[in-house]
Amino acid sequence: MNAPQTPVMLRVAQKTIHGPSFATLHFDHVLGFKPGQFVMVWIPGLDEKPYTISHHSKTGFAITIEAKGIFSKQAVALEEGALVGFRGPFGNGFDILSSPDIAVVAGGCGMAPLAPLVDALDKKIVFIHGARSKDFLLYPERFDTPRQICTDDGSQGHKGFVTDLLEQAILTRKKENGPPLKMVYACGPEIMMHKIFLVCESFDIPCQVSLERYMRCGFGVCGACVCGHQVVCKDGPVFDSKQLRTMEDFNKTALLKSGKPVGLDQYFSWRCQ
Amino acid sequence: MTLHFLGKTLKNPLVLASGVLGNNKQILERVHENGCGLVTMKSIGPAPRDGHKNPTVIDLGCGMINAVGLPTPGYAHMEEEWQALETRTFPLNASIYGGSVAEYQMVANFVAGKHPDFIEINISCPNSEQHGMIFGVSEQSAFDVVSAVKQVIGDIPLIAKLTPQAPDIAKIAKACEEAGANAICAINTAGPGMVIDIEAKMPILAFKKGGLSGPMIRPIAVRCVYDIFQAVSIPIIGLGGVTTGKDAVEMIMAGASLVGIGSGVRYRGMEIFKKVNQELNAWLCAHDTTLEKIRGAAHGRDAVENKGKAQ
Repeated sequence: MNAPQTPVMLRVAQKTIHGPSFATLHFDHVLGFKPGQFVMVWIPGLDEKPYTISHHSKTGFAITIEAKGIFSKQAVALEEGALVGFRGPFGNGFDILSSPDIAVVAGGCGMAPLAPLVDALDKKIVFIHGARSKDFLLYPERFDTPRQICTDDGSQGHKGFVTDLLEQAILTRKKENGPPLKMVYACGPEIMMHKIFLVCESFDIPCQVSLERYMRCGFGVCGACVCGHQVVCKDGPVFDSKQLRTMEDFNKTALLKSGKPVGLDQYFSWRCQ
Repeated sequence: MTLHFLGKTLKNPLVLASGVLGNNKQILERVHENGCGLVTMKSIGPAPRDGHKNPTVIDLGCGMINAVGLPTPGYAHMEEEWQALETRTFPLNASIYGGSVAEYQMVANFVAGKHPDFIEINISCPNSEQHGMIFGVSEQSAFDVVSAVKQVIGDIPLIAKLTPQAPDIAKIAKACEEAGANAICAINTAGPGMVIDIEAKMPILAFKKGGLSGPMIRPIAVRCVYDIFQAVSIPIIGLGGVTTGKDAVEMIMAGASLVGIGSGVRYRGMEIFKKVNQELNAWLCAHDTTLEKIRGAAHGRDAVENKGKAQ
């Protein structure tokens, strides 16, 4: 018989606050984990939500939370010593290529799942990080890998979108007869990931993106998180170009808690309640 | 292993349990492509409903406990889904629920107009105080709801899905048969049960209690199917804890015509349908027998022959 997957109860070992709305909760517990996988985070008496693992080491792991809705606001307010339950890790994680000819593109809190990936990749990759403004750039001091920054308001780095910088990087390589990119990893708002996907398609570069949907079981049974014919918690949350080409609902549709399919604008405004 | 069930052709005897994956056409299609003979939609209710807060589904290793809580967009708010399903190339079982006989009838009436191949009435979900199971624990209310639904769905075969919570499930099945049900599906989740986290000092499920499914309830499901087989002459979909071909053989020997799989998706993935089909066929081959010959075999040869089930 299989091992039970009831929540593993852990106490917050350390909390780091970043900027106006992010907090990272550290736990002294070793998880078998692949970058891009997620855990179901239970705050007893409140709710349980999927979060990606943002830090991973031989002694512990952490999750980074952006205060947006009822759950996440309470999660960032948790103090050291607070009890939190974890199920997982679940999902497939990124398929990791070891090469310098790779781009990682992060938008907003999409940096969280990509951070352990960046830790695992070559230090010479193209690393692009965008956010609303300077204050929303996660982990400003964390990486050895140099980062190209862009912000919507121009408060730091390029004023504009991550896709501008990615296209630029691809074109520069072409012009200088450099090696083409072998893979682009991206996480951020779905509309951003879709644009990255289209840019990659136009240059014939494979990509992997990490999707978000409302989840219940986390292990591919309940169907709450389906995106077209894919089950995001089990088949994903990371999907590659080949899969994305066949996913009708990518950048279009997501299910509400009732199971009703709606446009992404409606879905994300509900998710942030 | 093509077979006929209530006038429809199914590619094999495996059924996707309601509440598992059946959220949209694409995923139902994928389950069918993965070897499932008949896929079931998530239960459709009378009004939009979110279901319960998480945690809603926990894997206990020996099976699962869940209190998802019957989420539904509501029957009248699924137009895109119905349109997509119109062009389906697979047989479809539409599961419905209500909070009163009138609600069941209203949902059934609407859903029948969308031409599913079967309508399954869920009178057995333990995860709502107002819906489902209360209709499946009394012979009278089971009879009332089945006859009310039967009146409005024309030729579409009606499957009554029952709960092991009933004091005597065979009597409920008999009442459903008398009210016009064309088949019985047994069983819905058992219990309800509860799992308490001793560190948090509270039940893990937000709804506190939840239905049990998976391997741990298989003996209950087999017993229910066995009892129902003796009480009715309509066919049975045997469901509860099946994860292997041999489990399916056991269910068929108890009296099932079709075999459902739900939680098994957790343990063997969506490919479980292909695998169970292969294992079932291999077993039948190795024993030089057929589905028809082993159906109800656990009741003894005479019992089956005397029954003369019209299938």
